Amino acid sequence: MFSGDEMAALFTSMGITHVVSIPDSTIGAWHPAIEASPDLRLVRVCREGEAWAVAAGLYLGGATPLVLIQCTGLFESGDSLRNVLHDWKLPIFAVIGYRSYLNQDTLPGDTCLVFTEPVLDAWRIDYRLITTPAQREEIRTHYVACRDAGTPGAALIAEGKA
Amino acid sequence: MTGSVERMPQLEALRTLHAARRADDVIITSMGAARDWMVLGAGPLDLPLVPSSMGTAPSIGLGIALAQPQRRVIVVNGDGAMLMNLGSLVSITAAGPANLILILADNGVYEITGAQPTAGSAPARADGTSVAFMGMARAAGFRTVHRFSNAADWARSVGSILSATGPTFVLLDVGAVPGSKGPRSPGPAGPRAIELRRHITQDPG
Repeated sequence: MFSGDEMAALFTSMGITHVVSIPDSTIGAWHPAIEASPDLRLVRVCREGEAWAVAAGLYLGGATPLVLIQCTGLFESGDSLRNVLHDWKLPIFAVIGYRSYLNQDTLPGDTCLVFTEPVLDAWRIDYRLITTPAQREEIRTHYVACRDAGTPGAALIAEGKA
Repeated sequence: MTGSVERMPQLEALRTLHAARRADDVIITSMGAARDWMVLGAGPLDLPLVPSSMGTAPSIGLGIALAQPQRRVIVVNGDGAMLMNLGSLVSITAAGPANLILILADNGVYEITGAQPTAGSAPARADGTSVAFMGMARAAGFRTVHRFSNAADWARSVGSILSATGPTFVLLDVGAVPGSKGPRSPGPAGPRAIELRRHITQDPG
Protein backbone atom coordinates (compact mmCIF):
# COMPACT_ATOMS: atom_id res chain seq x y z
CA MET A 1 0.00 0.00 0.00
CA PHE A 2 2.87 2.38 0.87
CA SER A 3 6.42 2.51 -0.41
CA GLY A 4 9.42 2.72 1.86
CA ASP A 5 10.16 6.21 0.63
CA GLU A 6 6.63 7.28 1.46
CA MET A 7 6.83 5.88 4.98
CA ALA A 8 10.32 7.26 5.64
CA ALA A 9 9.13 10.69 4.51
CA LEU A 10 6.05 10.38 6.69
CA PHE A 11 8.06 9.41 9.77
CA THR A 12 10.47 12.26 9.15
CA SER A 13 7.63 14.73 8.82
CA MET A 14 6.29 13.44 12.16
CA GLY A 15 9.58 14.30 13.83
CA ILE A 16 10.48 10.67 14.51
CA THR A 17 14.15 10.13 15.30
CA HIS A 18 14.36 6.33 15.79
CA VAL A 19 12.31 3.51 14.29
CA VAL A 20 12.49 0.40 16.49
CA SER A 21 11.45 -2.53 14.39
CA ILE A 22 11.16 -6.16 13.47
CA PRO A 23 10.13 -6.67 9.85
CA ASP A 24 7.39 -8.59 8.17
CA SER A 25 7.14 -8.79 4.40
CA THR A 26 5.43 -5.40 4.19
CA ILE A 27 7.35 -3.53 6.89
CA GLY A 28 10.64 -5.08 5.85
CA ALA A 29 10.32 -3.47 2.46
CA TRP A 30 10.35 -0.09 4.19
CA HIS A 31 13.56 -0.72 6.11
CA PRO A 32 16.04 0.28 3.35
CA ALA A 33 14.39 3.69 2.92
CA ILE A 34 14.28 4.21 6.69
CA GLU A 35 17.95 3.32 6.95
CA ALA A 36 18.80 5.63 4.07
CA SER A 37 17.02 8.58 5.63
CA PRO A 38 19.47 11.02 7.24
CA ASP A 39 16.87 11.94 9.85
CA LEU A 40 15.92 8.44 11.00
CA ARG A 41 17.81 5.68 12.73
CA LEU A 42 16.57 2.13 12.35
CA VAL A 43 17.06 0.12 15.56
CA ARG A 44 16.78 -3.62 15.03
CA VAL A 45 15.65 -5.77 17.94
CA CYS A 46 15.18 -9.51 18.35
CA ARG A 47 11.59 -9.68 19.57
CA GLU A 48 8.77 -7.20 19.73
CA GLY A 49 8.65 -6.98 23.51
CA GLU A 50 12.13 -5.53 23.30
CA ALA A 51 10.95 -2.90 20.85
CA TRP A 52 8.69 -1.21 23.39
CA ALA A 53 11.43 -1.18 26.03
CA VAL A 54 14.03 0.23 23.65
CA ALA A 55 11.51 2.86 22.58
CA ALA A 56 10.89 3.64 26.25
CA GLY A 57 14.59 4.22 26.80
CA LEU A 58 14.81 6.39 23.71
CA TYR A 59 11.89 8.48 24.92
CA LEU A 60 13.34 8.83 28.41
CA GLY A 61 16.57 9.94 26.77
CA GLY A 62 14.83 12.71 24.87
CA ALA A 63 14.41 11.07 21.48
CA THR A 64 11.18 10.57 19.54
CA PRO A 65 10.89 6.85 18.80
CA LEU A 66 8.33 4.87 16.87
CA VAL A 67 7.67 1.13 17.18
CA LEU A 68 7.21 -0.62 13.81
CA ILE A 69 6.03 -4.23 14.06
CA GLN A 70 3.51 -6.72 12.73
CA CYS A 71 0.35 -7.60 14.64
CA THR A 72 1.83 -10.98 15.59
CA GLY A 73 4.53 -8.99 17.33
CA LEU A 74 1.85 -7.00 19.09
CA PHE A 75 0.65 -10.28 20.55
CA GLU A 76 4.19 -11.05 21.69
CA SER A 77 4.61 -7.60 23.20
CA GLY A 78 2.07 -7.88 26.01
CA ASP A 79 3.82 -7.39 29.32
CA SER A 80 6.46 -5.06 27.94
CA LEU A 81 3.95 -2.68 26.41
CA ARG A 82 1.82 -2.87 29.54
CA ASN A 83 4.76 -1.72 31.60
CA VAL A 84 5.86 0.99 29.17
CA LEU A 85 2.48 2.41 28.22
CA HIS A 86 0.47 1.90 31.37
CA ASP A 87 2.86 1.68 34.35
CA TRP A 88 5.30 4.35 33.16
CA LYS A 89 2.69 6.10 31.02
CA LEU A 90 5.05 6.79 28.15
CA PRO A 91 3.39 8.13 25.00
CA ILE A 92 4.94 5.69 22.56
CA PHE A 93 3.40 5.51 19.09
CA ALA A 94 3.41 2.36 16.97
CA VAL A 95 2.77 1.49 13.36
CA ILE A 96 1.50 -2.07 13.24
CA GLY A 97 1.06 -4.26 10.19
CA TYR A 98 -2.34 -5.98 10.07
CA ARG A 99 -1.58 -9.36 8.51
CA SER A 100 -4.06 -10.80 6.02
CA TYR A 101 -6.49 -7.90 6.29
CA LEU A 102 -6.66 -7.33 2.54
CA ASN A 103 -5.97 -10.84 1.31
CA GLN A 104 -6.17 -14.25 2.94
CA ASP A 105 -4.90 -16.28 -0.01
CA THR A 106 -1.78 -17.36 1.85
CA LEU A 107 -3.36 -17.90 5.25
CA PRO A 108 -7.07 -18.58 4.90
CA GLY A 109 -8.80 -18.00 8.20
CA ASP A 110 -5.78 -16.14 9.60
CA THR A 111 -6.58 -15.59 13.25
CA CYS A 112 -4.77 -12.24 13.15
CA LEU A 113 -8.11 -10.98 11.86
CA VAL A 114 -9.80 -12.32 14.98
CA PHE A 115 -7.44 -11.01 17.61
CA THR A 116 -5.61 -7.89 16.45
CA GLU A 117 -8.24 -5.24 17.10
CA PRO A 118 -9.57 -6.79 20.33
CA VAL A 119 -5.99 -6.96 21.63
CA LEU A 120 -5.40 -3.30 20.82
CA ASP A 121 -8.65 -2.49 22.60
CA ALA A 122 -7.68 -4.66 25.57
CA TRP A 123 -4.37 -2.80 25.90
CA ARG A 124 -6.26 0.49 25.58
CA ILE A 125 -4.27 1.63 22.60
CA ASP A 126 -6.06 4.29 20.59
CA TYR A 127 -5.58 3.22 16.97
CA ARG A 128 -6.64 4.14 13.47
CA LEU A 129 -7.18 1.46 10.85
CA ILE A 130 -5.52 2.38 7.57
CA THR A 131 -6.89 0.39 4.64
CA THR A 132 -6.25 2.62 1.62
CA PRO A 133 -3.32 4.74 0.39
CA ALA A 134 -5.54 7.81 0.61
CA GLN A 135 -5.42 7.50 4.42
CA ARG A 136 -1.67 8.05 4.72
CA GLU A 137 -2.09 11.55 6.14
CA GLU A 138 -4.39 10.08 8.79
CA ILE A 139 -1.37 8.38 10.33
CA ARG A 140 0.30 11.73 10.93
CA THR A 141 -2.90 13.34 12.14
CA HIS A 142 -3.45 10.60 14.70
CA TYR A 143 0.18 10.70 15.77
CA VAL A 144 0.04 14.44 16.35
CA ALA A 145 -3.18 14.10 18.34
CA CYS A 146 -1.62 11.40 20.55
CA ARG A 147 1.61 13.36 20.95
CA ASP A 148 -0.22 16.51 21.95
CA ALA A 149 -2.37 14.56 24.40
CA GLY A 150 0.68 12.77 25.81
CA THR A 151 -0.89 9.38 25.18
CA PRO A 152 0.17 6.26 23.31
CA GLY A 153 -1.39 5.41 19.98
CA ALA A 154 -1.07 3.29 16.89
CA ALA A 155 -1.76 3.15 13.20
CA LEU A 156 -2.88 -0.27 12.05
CA ILE A 157 -1.82 -0.77 8.46
CA ALA A 158 -3.82 -3.28 6.43
CA GLU A 159 -1.54 -5.76 4.72
CA GLY A 160 -2.30 -7.74 1.62
CA LYS A 161 -0.39 -10.91 2.15
CA ALA A 162 0.92 -13.05 4.97
CA MET B 1 30.49 -24.52 34.87
CA THR B 2 30.41 -27.12 37.61
CA GLY B 3 31.20 -26.97 41.30
CA SER B 4 30.81 -24.09 43.71
CA VAL B 5 31.51 -20.53 42.65
CA GLU B 6 32.94 -17.86 44.91
CA ARG B 7 30.29 -15.20 45.33
CA MET B 8 30.40 -11.69 46.73
CA PRO B 9 27.50 -10.04 48.54
CA GLN B 10 25.38 -8.18 46.00
CA LEU B 11 24.97 -5.17 48.25
CA GLU B 12 28.75 -4.86 48.56
CA ALA B 13 29.20 -5.21 44.80
CA LEU B 14 26.65 -2.48 44.21
CA ARG B 15 28.19 -0.27 46.89
CA THR B 16 31.40 -0.42 44.87
CA LEU B 17 29.55 0.63 41.74
CA HIS B 18 27.73 3.34 43.65
CA ALA B 19 31.05 4.82 44.73
CA ALA B 20 32.58 4.54 41.26
CA ARG B 21 29.73 5.99 39.18
CA ARG B 22 29.85 9.56 37.96
CA ALA B 23 27.08 11.94 38.86
CA ASP B 24 26.09 12.24 35.20
CA ASP B 25 25.83 8.49 34.64
CA VAL B 26 22.41 6.92 34.18
CA ILE B 27 22.05 3.77 36.29
CA ILE B 28 19.22 1.33 35.59
CA THR B 29 18.65 -1.45 38.11
CA SER B 30 16.15 -4.29 38.10
CA MET B 31 14.60 -6.65 40.63
CA GLY B 32 16.89 -7.35 43.62
CA ALA B 33 19.50 -4.94 42.31
CA ALA B 34 16.87 -2.18 42.25
CA ARG B 35 16.02 -2.95 45.87
CA ASP B 36 19.66 -2.75 46.92
CA TRP B 37 20.36 0.35 44.79
CA MET B 38 17.55 2.21 46.51
CA VAL B 39 19.07 1.27 49.87
CA LEU B 40 22.36 2.80 48.73
CA GLY B 41 20.60 5.89 47.39
CA ALA B 42 19.29 6.43 43.87
CA GLY B 43 20.10 9.75 42.25
CA PRO B 44 17.97 11.83 39.88
CA LEU B 45 19.46 10.13 36.83
CA ASP B 46 18.84 6.63 38.16
CA LEU B 47 16.02 4.34 37.17
CA PRO B 48 15.21 1.65 39.70
CA LEU B 49 12.98 -0.28 37.29
CA VAL B 50 10.07 -0.84 39.65
CA PRO B 51 7.47 -1.67 38.43
CA SER B 52 9.00 -3.62 35.61
CA SER B 53 8.35 -6.01 32.82
CA MET B 54 10.94 -8.56 33.88
CA GLY B 55 13.86 -8.71 31.48
CA THR B 56 13.53 -5.32 29.83
CA ALA B 57 16.17 -3.34 31.74
CA PRO B 58 18.94 -3.90 29.14
CA SER B 59 16.58 -2.82 26.37
CA ILE B 60 15.62 0.37 28.20
CA GLY B 61 19.31 0.99 28.75
CA LEU B 62 19.98 0.52 25.06
CA GLY B 63 17.37 3.13 24.23
CA ILE B 64 18.75 5.69 26.66
CA ALA B 65 22.31 5.01 25.48
CA LEU B 66 21.32 5.65 21.85
CA ALA B 67 19.45 8.83 22.73
CA GLN B 68 22.24 10.13 24.97
CA PRO B 69 25.52 9.02 23.37
CA GLN B 70 27.54 11.50 25.42
CA ARG B 71 26.40 9.96 28.69
CA ARG B 72 27.39 6.62 30.28
CA VAL B 73 24.48 4.27 30.80
CA ILE B 74 24.97 1.40 33.25
CA VAL B 75 22.42 -1.40 33.55
CA VAL B 76 22.45 -3.83 36.49
CA ASN B 77 20.40 -6.87 35.60
CA GLY B 78 19.76 -10.20 37.28
CA ASP B 79 20.35 -13.62 35.76
CA GLY B 80 16.69 -14.58 35.81
CA ALA B 81 15.82 -11.35 34.04
CA MET B 82 18.68 -11.83 31.58
CA LEU B 83 17.38 -15.26 30.64
CA MET B 84 14.03 -13.68 29.81
CA ASN B 85 15.58 -11.37 27.24
CA LEU B 86 18.74 -12.97 25.89
CA GLY B 87 18.07 -11.41 22.51
CA SER B 88 18.83 -8.03 24.07
CA LEU B 89 22.50 -9.03 24.08
CA VAL B 90 22.32 -9.19 20.30
CA SER B 91 20.23 -6.05 19.93
CA ILE B 92 22.75 -4.13 22.03
CA THR B 93 25.74 -5.22 20.00
CA ALA B 94 23.87 -4.66 16.74
CA ALA B 95 23.45 -0.99 17.67
CA GLY B 96 26.87 -0.93 19.31
CA PRO B 97 26.56 1.95 21.79
CA ALA B 98 30.02 2.77 23.10
CA ASN B 99 28.47 4.27 26.24
CA LEU B 100 26.58 1.20 27.50
CA ILE B 101 27.76 -1.10 30.28
CA LEU B 102 25.63 -4.15 31.09
CA ILE B 103 26.34 -5.66 34.50
CA LEU B 104 24.82 -9.06 35.21
CA ALA B 105 24.51 -9.87 38.91
CA ASP B 106 24.25 -13.65 38.79
CA ASN B 107 23.03 -15.42 41.92
CA GLY B 108 21.60 -18.44 40.12
CA VAL B 109 18.13 -18.10 41.57
CA TYR B 110 14.90 -16.16 41.46
CA GLU B 111 15.75 -14.61 44.80
CA ILE B 112 12.66 -12.58 45.57
CA THR B 113 10.21 -15.42 44.86
CA GLY B 114 11.90 -17.80 47.28
CA ALA B 115 15.27 -18.56 45.68
CA GLN B 116 14.10 -21.14 43.17
CA PRO B 117 16.97 -22.02 40.79
CA THR B 118 16.82 -20.52 37.31
CA ALA B 119 16.89 -22.81 34.29
CA GLY B 120 20.40 -21.54 33.70
CA SER B 121 21.85 -22.54 37.06
CA ALA B 122 23.69 -25.78 37.64
CA PRO B 123 21.26 -27.32 40.18
CA ALA B 124 18.37 -27.00 37.74
CA ARG B 125 20.08 -28.48 34.73
CA ALA B 126 20.20 -32.05 33.51
CA ASP B 127 23.93 -31.93 32.99
CA GLY B 128 24.66 -30.13 36.24
CA THR B 129 26.50 -27.27 34.59
CA SER B 130 25.43 -23.64 34.64
CA VAL B 131 25.01 -21.76 31.39
CA ALA B 132 27.93 -19.60 30.32
CA PHE B 133 26.82 -15.98 30.37
CA MET B 134 30.35 -14.87 29.54
CA GLY B 135 30.33 -17.06 26.46
CA MET B 136 26.93 -15.75 25.46
CA ALA B 137 28.08 -12.15 25.76
CA ARG B 138 31.23 -12.84 23.77
CA ALA B 139 29.33 -14.69 21.08
CA ALA B 140 26.78 -11.90 20.90
CA GLY B 141 29.59 -9.52 20.08
CA PHE B 142 30.27 -7.52 23.24
CA ARG B 143 33.44 -5.54 22.79
CA THR B 144 34.76 -6.46 26.21
CA VAL B 145 33.60 -8.96 28.82
CA HIS B 146 34.71 -9.27 32.43
CA ARG B 147 33.88 -11.57 35.33
CA PHE B 148 34.35 -10.99 39.03
CA SER B 149 33.59 -13.32 41.93
CA ASN B 150 35.55 -11.42 44.52
CA ALA B 151 34.59 -8.00 45.87
CA ALA B 152 38.16 -6.76 46.16
CA ASP B 153 38.94 -7.63 42.54
CA TRP B 154 35.77 -5.90 41.39
CA ALA B 155 36.62 -2.81 43.41
CA ARG B 156 40.12 -2.66 41.90
CA SER B 157 38.81 -2.87 38.34
CA VAL B 158 35.51 -1.05 38.29
CA GLY B 159 36.91 2.37 37.43
CA SER B 160 38.78 1.27 34.34
CA ILE B 161 35.91 -0.91 33.20
CA LEU B 162 33.41 1.92 33.38
CA SER B 163 35.81 4.18 31.48
CA ALA B 164 36.43 1.77 28.62
CA THR B 165 34.72 1.98 25.25
CA GLY B 166 31.67 -0.24 25.18
CA PRO B 167 29.41 -1.95 24.81
CA THR B 168 30.81 -3.73 27.84
CA PHE B 169 29.51 -6.81 29.64
CA VAL B 170 30.38 -7.55 33.27
CA LEU B 171 29.36 -10.72 35.09
CA LEU B 172 29.35 -10.47 38.88
CA ASP B 173 28.93 -13.69 40.85
CA VAL B 174 26.82 -12.63 43.79
CA GLY B 175 25.24 -14.49 46.65
CA ALA B 176 21.51 -14.84 47.05
CA VAL B 177 20.02 -13.64 50.32
CA PRO B 178 17.36 -16.15 51.38
CA GLY B 179 14.15 -14.54 52.47
CA SER B 180 14.93 -11.16 50.97
CA LYS B 181 12.02 -9.14 49.72
CA GLY B 182 11.37 -7.68 46.31
CA PRO B 183 11.85 -4.01 45.56
CA ARG B 184 9.13 -1.50 46.43
CA SER B 185 8.32 1.29 44.03
CA PRO B 186 9.42 4.62 45.50
CA GLY B 187 6.32 6.25 44.02
CA PRO B 188 3.93 6.29 41.08
CA ALA B 189 5.83 5.41 37.94
CA GLY B 190 4.34 8.02 35.60
CA PRO B 191 5.59 11.08 37.48
CA ARG B 192 8.94 9.35 38.04
CA ALA B 193 9.31 8.89 34.28
CA ILE B 194 8.61 12.58 33.66
CA GLU B 195 11.22 13.58 36.26
CA LEU B 196 13.80 11.15 34.92
CA ARG B 197 13.34 12.41 31.34
CA ARG B 198 13.64 15.98 32.55
CA HIS B 199 16.89 15.28 34.37
CA ILE B 200 18.38 13.22 31.55
CA THR B 201 17.58 15.82 28.91
CA GLN B 202 18.33 18.93 30.96
CA ASP B 203 21.29 18.02 33.14
CA PRO B 204 24.61 18.38 31.35
CA GLY B 205 25.88 15.01 30.28
